[in-house]
Amino acid sequence: MQESLSKTGVLAKGDLAESPGVPSEERMKKGPVVYIECMEEIPCNPCEFICPHGAISVGKQIIDLPVLDEEKCDGCGLCIPICPGLAIFLVDKSYSEQEALVAFPYELLPLPEVGMTVYGVDREGKAGCKASVVKVLNPKKFDRTPVIYLAVPKEFALDVRNFKFIEKEE
Amino acid sequence: MRPRPLYGLCDDRRWDAERKDLRHAASRRDESTDTGRAWVLGEKEMIETEFAIVGAGPAGLSAALEAGRAGTKTLMIDENQAPGGQLFKQIHKFFGSKEHWAGTRGIDIGNKLLEETEKAGVNVMLDTVVWGIFDDGKTLAIKHQGSIRRVHAQKVLLATGASENALSFPGWTLPGVLGAGAAQTLVNLHRVLPGTKVLMVGSGNVGLIVAYQLLQAGAKVVAVVEALPEIGGYGVHASKIRRMGVPILVRHTVKEVWGDKKVERATIIQIDDQWRPIPGTERELDVDTICIAVGLHPLAELAWIAGCEFDYIAELGGHVPFHNKNMETTVPGLYVAGDAAGIGEATAAMEEGRLVGVDVAHGLGYLSDQEAESLMGEIRSRIESIRSGPFGEMLRQAKNKLMERRNECKSHFLKQAF
Repeated sequence: MQESLSKTGVLAKGDLAESPGVPSEERMKKGPVVYIECMEEIPCNPCEFICPHGAISVGKQIIDLPVLDEEKCDGCGLCIPICPGLAIFLVDKSYSEQEALVAFPYELLPLPEVGMTVYGVDREGKAGCKASVVKVLNPKKFDRTPVIYLAVPKEFALDVRNFKFIEKEE
Repeated sequence: MRPRPLYGLCDDRRWDAERKDLRHAASRRDESTDTGRAWVLGEKEMIETEFAIVGAGPAGLSAALEAGRAGTKTLMIDENQAPGGQLFKQIHKFFGSKEHWAGTRGIDIGNKLLEETEKAGVNVMLDTVVWGIFDDGKTLAIKHQGSIRRVHAQKVLLATGASENALSFPGWTLPGVLGAGAAQTLVNLHRVLPGTKVLMVGSGNVGLIVAYQLLQAGAKVVAVVEALPEIGGYGVHASKIRRMGVPILVRHTVKEVWGDKKVERATIIQIDDQWRPIPGTERELDVDTICIAVGLHPLAELAWIAGCEFDYIAELGGHVPFHNKNMETTVPGLYVAGDAAGIGEATAAMEEGRLVGVDVAHGLGYLSDQEAESLMGEIRSRIESIRSGPFGEMLRQAKNKLMERRNECKSHFLKQAF
């Protein structure tokens, strides 16, 4: 396991860059694509089976890390709620001039509302920027793992992995 | 090698309760027309079955459904009011492969297992405590609906699960200090928060998952402390709570817990690589709950009583009954599976249970050699896939060690005998 992960529980960006599930910069600029932060050999493969495009492969050895075929992935995001480790995200750097789209699983109540301004929160739980809620998906087939889509300032696209409500008094 | 049982059932508070009942029963003996011990043991009340299972958790249920499906007359006994063991408080999605219901929540796996077990025609006795085992592991003494009865079976499975390890420190007896599993039961089954500001001690998967579920239930997890230099559980579980703002402090432990009649605050301290506290690194935390998640140990008292041989394997949680690859102990016809056979996790427990179910059905003639072999093959290959990777590998090696040690002991005994 990466030392960053085993000592702190937070994957360092340098380690993440080596993940076979992380798309290239060019691909993220083209449109939505999943960003898989699964870097530990756990016997697990539901992401491979849920993907309708065959874009994720784990293979026969189910402890192998999921490998992303970034050209096959169209960013549908079906793999996000199925991942038991909540380790699959989505990034779209083509979202707008200033903003990128980031999606993550979120299993808490209350859910945010579309249009709300919230804090974008990083892997260490720190609020780094303000973001707006673009979509909140919670269909039955997601099995109670809602997926939140946030528009975040482009430079935070690879940082924001959670959100926090902005308290009224602030 | 047969280590002497250090405590046996007498250590168990449940046993105290049972003993009171027995005393009560003894004092009422005159009202009964039967005599003495026979009344207490309920000689008349023998329940006959082919296969008896103690514990209706993932291992017990899986064994029941395999054996029941093949036609074995199966009786499953559980002390709780509902079957499912710990599955129904596992509200998170499980890892695994497609065949292992990966991505499905434990609670939903539990419901599916129950449904299948019911279809397999298994008899279930709930709210029933098994408090003794006699007759070479073939007779169980039970307390059912206030009366003492016995169950006689040709094969018996002990799928009794595990118990949480305790950790002692000044203040550890204050109300508010509880096992992480207990906190999980309170939150996920009884919908009661044990407190609002939690310190989690231990970063294995139990500690990390329960911390996450406490956050989901609305508590604040102030910190997770881990005495080892590395986080014990899966990285993804750690990442989940880190991005929710929970610090995980490795090489830290709880030094003391303070409070007047209940937990009000805790002092944590850093430790060096010789496990010595480093003076001056104390930090005081404003908490009202301390959850202890420092491992589990097999609940195998019935196996001790039945005379099973044990070995001490730290990786499996302590004293573990020897078992062969079909999970049979050194007492013929008596099986163990799941955490009682060495601490693992639910997915492996279910597969071990299935192995027992198939072996029992085969042994009783409900499955042909060929049928049993093909079913076993499938189950074993699934176990192989679970026990691969760095986490699974450790368990696989521990299980192998148990079997090797058993063979060593056997040859040692043989040498002594001659």
